[in-house]
Amino acid sequence: MTKDEFWEGVRGGFPIMLAASPFGALFGALAVDNGFTIADAVFMSATVYAGASQMVGIELFGNHVQPWLVVLSVFAVNFRHVLYSASIAKYVRHFTFGQKFLAFFLLVDPQYAETEKRGERGLAITFSWYLGFGLVIYIPWIINTLVGAIFGQMIGDPKAIGLDVLLPVYFMGLVMGFRKRDRFLPIVTVSALASVAGMHFVGSPWHVSIGALAGIVLAACLPPSERAAAPTGVEKEA
Amino acid sequence: MDPQHLNLIYLIIAAAVATFLTRVGGYILITQMKQIPPRLEAALNAVPAAVLTTLVAPAFVYGGLDVTIAMFVAFAIALGFNLSTLRMLVIGWVVVMLIRHVVL
Repeated sequence: MTKDEFWEGVRGGFPIMLAASPFGALFGALAVDNGFTIADAVFMSATVYAGASQMVGIELFGNHVQPWLVVLSVFAVNFRHVLYSASIAKYVRHFTFGQKFLAFFLLVDPQYAETEKRGERGLAITFSWYLGFGLVIYIPWIINTLVGAIFGQMIGDPKAIGLDVLLPVYFMGLVMGFRKRDRFLPIVTVSALASVAGMHFVGSPWHVSIGALAGIVLAACLPPSERAAAPTGVEKEA
Repeated sequence: MDPQHLNLIYLIIAAAVATFLTRVGGYILITQMKQIPPRLEAALNAVPAAVLTTLVAPAFVYGGLDVTIAMFVAFAIALGFNLSTLRMLVIGWVVVMLIRHVVL
């Protein structure tokens, strides 16, 4: 456990914490709006800790959907994490059992993306760095949920202060960071088309699983390229 | 605590366990395998771009004209000048606020 690496992680996670904060507050406000108490909302943020699925969960709960279906939906929306933990396995193998437990609990989208990026640039993935990066997002997520739940009405219309544009632009930046990877363009094109089609014909949140699956199946089916045989080059930071 | 509220607590705990299973499941699966088949590796390699694209494309298409323009401008400037994600966020936010509060 080294202090420097911990604080390097904190600094790295800080901008993401700022970008995620409005959504934590929004979740708190929407949860109370859907029949949660303030404590329920905070409890969900602290235990589930997966923004999009929390939104789906409260939406379904508010519509009195059967509990098993709510849990199944949360599982489906979060299914991408199976792929994340498989993908970063090579970087966290040296963690102790307890460290792995905590690390996987904190494995949100930006945590995954930064771990992958850092690993590919050849930097060490230490538990100190991982924890610093994770906690600077996790703790404010809970606090923002509390604030949002208490002052729900003060957010008013999220569109008026431009909140709705932040998440898609943020994810777009993450996608661009992977543009040096093998088969980047065909994968992104197929996933984009499939997710839009999924949104149109099936509806949210299934477009996530449908679009992701399309790109991943394509990558598995394409003949192995010459680049794939060579060692992976260092990815440029987005 | 009334039974209905208790059910909500159980529901949240079940959702938390389901989420944790997705976060640990991939690691358990992959470490049980002796060697990763090349096609599986190609598939895993495609995961981040494939998943994150599904969070971008529908917003670009269905988010409204102002969001579409903001995303396009942020994308073009960030790509052209090789900007960080945070700067790209600021550009997207400024463009959408300009459209909503100055242009309209």
